[in-house]
Amino acid sequence: MSQLFAVLFDGFAYGMLLFLLSVGLSVTLGLMNFTNLAHGAFAMVGGYVTYSLVELAGWPFLATLPFAFLITAIIAAAFERFLFRRIYEAGELNQVLFTIGLVFAASAVAAYFFGTVHHSVDLPAYLTGFIEVGSVKLPAYRIFLVVVALVVTAIVVAGLEYTRFGAMVRASVDNQKVARGLGLNVNRIFALTFALGSGLAGLGGALAIDILSLDPSFGFHILVLVLIVVAVGGLGSIWGSFLAAACLGIFDVAGKYFIPELGAFLIYLFMVALLFIKPRGLFGRR
Amino acid sequence: MDPHLWLKRKGRISPYEVVFWPIVLVLPFWLFPTYLSLSSQIAITALFCISLDLILGYAGIISLGHAAFFGIGAYAAGLLSAHGWGEPLSGLAFAAVVAAFAGWIVSFMIVRVQHLALLMITLGLGFLLVELANSLGSFTGGADGLQGIDTWKLLGVWKFSFWGKTAYAYSLAVLFILFLVCRRIVRSPFGLTLEAIRENPDRTTALGAPNRAHLQKIFTLSAGIAGIAGALLAQTTETVSLESLGFQRSAEIAIMLILGGTGRLYGAILGAIIFMVARDQLAGMNPQYWYFWIGLLLMIVVLFMPRGILGGLERLAALGRRR
Repeated sequence: MSQLFAVLFDGFAYGMLLFLLSVGLSVTLGLMNFTNLAHGAFAMVGGYVTYSLVELAGWPFLATLPFAFLITAIIAAAFERFLFRRIYEAGELNQVLFTIGLVFAASAVAAYFFGTVHHSVDLPAYLTGFIEVGSVKLPAYRIFLVVVALVVTAIVVAGLEYTRFGAMVRASVDNQKVARGLGLNVNRIFALTFALGSGLAGLGGALAIDILSLDPSFGFHILVLVLIVVAVGGLGSIWGSFLAAACLGIFDVAGKYFIPELGAFLIYLFMVALLFIKPRGLFGRR
Repeated sequence: MDPHLWLKRKGRISPYEVVFWPIVLVLPFWLFPTYLSLSSQIAITALFCISLDLILGYAGIISLGHAAFFGIGAYAAGLLSAHGWGEPLSGLAFAAVVAAFAGWIVSFMIVRVQHLALLMITLGLGFLLVELANSLGSFTGGADGLQGIDTWKLLGVWKFSFWGKTAYAYSLAVLFILFLVCRRIVRSPFGLTLEAIRENPDRTTALGAPNRAHLQKIFTLSAGIAGIAGALLAQTTETVSLESLGFQRSAEIAIMLILGGTGRLYGAILGAIIFMVARDQLAGMNPQYWYFWIGLLLMIVVLFMPRGILGGLERLAALGRRR
């Protein structure tokens, strides 16, 4: 029983990590219909920022996290401003290929600077041990992940629901034409949302180092997972992403634990079946 | 103008075509005999690329998992041969039927969805198949690849030798015949309707065209051709690996198609030639850097040559004519 609980918690923590990695993509995809397969590459940027600061500059792990967010957001904003903006009208296929090209190039650049080896970071002692909750021992880092993810979710939801900017984003996602007609600068809203969403991916990438390990193909590895979360959860839906990420994490970890020979197969099967029945995902608005 | 006349004029054989095919026949045989095996790989890839062009370039269905059908064809032909029937032509036919059947089943899903869901379903089916082939290791050979394929003499006369003369002639002949078939299809009223559906599906519905049925037909056909390409690879290299199904192959084939130019069949062939030759020449390079250049090239093509190399050339030619 306690073993089952530990596995479920492990899966949930993993799911929360996936949520952090994908929530930005869900909102930006819903907002601009810009199919950004390079989202994972931005997560990789965050990962390498934290790795560099911890391992090369000797910063404490926690202090690097805001920078993983910030630097990724700034880089993403620059890419949006100078490159992505040119292909919003170019059609889905061109967007897919352009952003895949970017992932290719980014992974090569990462390999050039950091080598092709797997990197890890030294975590502070209070994040490495186990914490006893009732009769179960849970890894401290997973608990930390869940807490961070819940805090971020709360901030994102509150930001979207209760701030003026959030209202603008929601209006633009729901109906871009009308939002434009009412005088909202949708392009600027999108640029800002894109930067924030990519920043969250960067944060996710930094937090993922200990779980997924960091190497130049990171952007590809998590791409599929991130896309599954976004597609299943539905574009533009925070709660959809949250639910999809939690389910995916639990299914993945539990599947690999209990039925290792079928684990990944079941996830893909489930996703294809769900998208066949509900092409917009669980909570998709459009 | 009378539409039939227009179609006929569109389907006229251009002088470039008459020059192109003899060149690709002669060049590898007499000038670059050491590159024969690469040449047959290119011919096979070009055929696969054409099959993607049918659905992507003409019908506008984006697929990130087209290698699934390539792999199904490869495994179908490979398994048939490994179980004692190595006759190549019937192997091709068998692979085509199996892959087309799989394509027909999948086409019911494909025509129902669009955008992200379409990307994810094609992507997911590709991954699904890789997992399936991997877990059925006793049947497919799993990660080690399928062993024990023995391809008999072509038509009972020509042996598949180490130098790959037969392999290239065989691959090129299949490519040429299927190219002619595809060329005929895309220049038929059916092919024209596909382009119309790609451009404006609502309007074709209003005009009375059965969109979904048309898309299903071309998808099934395309899957069959991809299957034949896979079978060719299995027969000429006498092995099938999991990579033949994988996402990487699906992505590469889309890159080649975009590079050459979509919706013109020759773009698929040109893209395959350029990509494969470049990779062969740069093989000594660290694969990471190869990916950097591919990525950069992809971004440049999307930004500056959205219709691919052939589309760019065409525009240049049109500019020249206007002067």
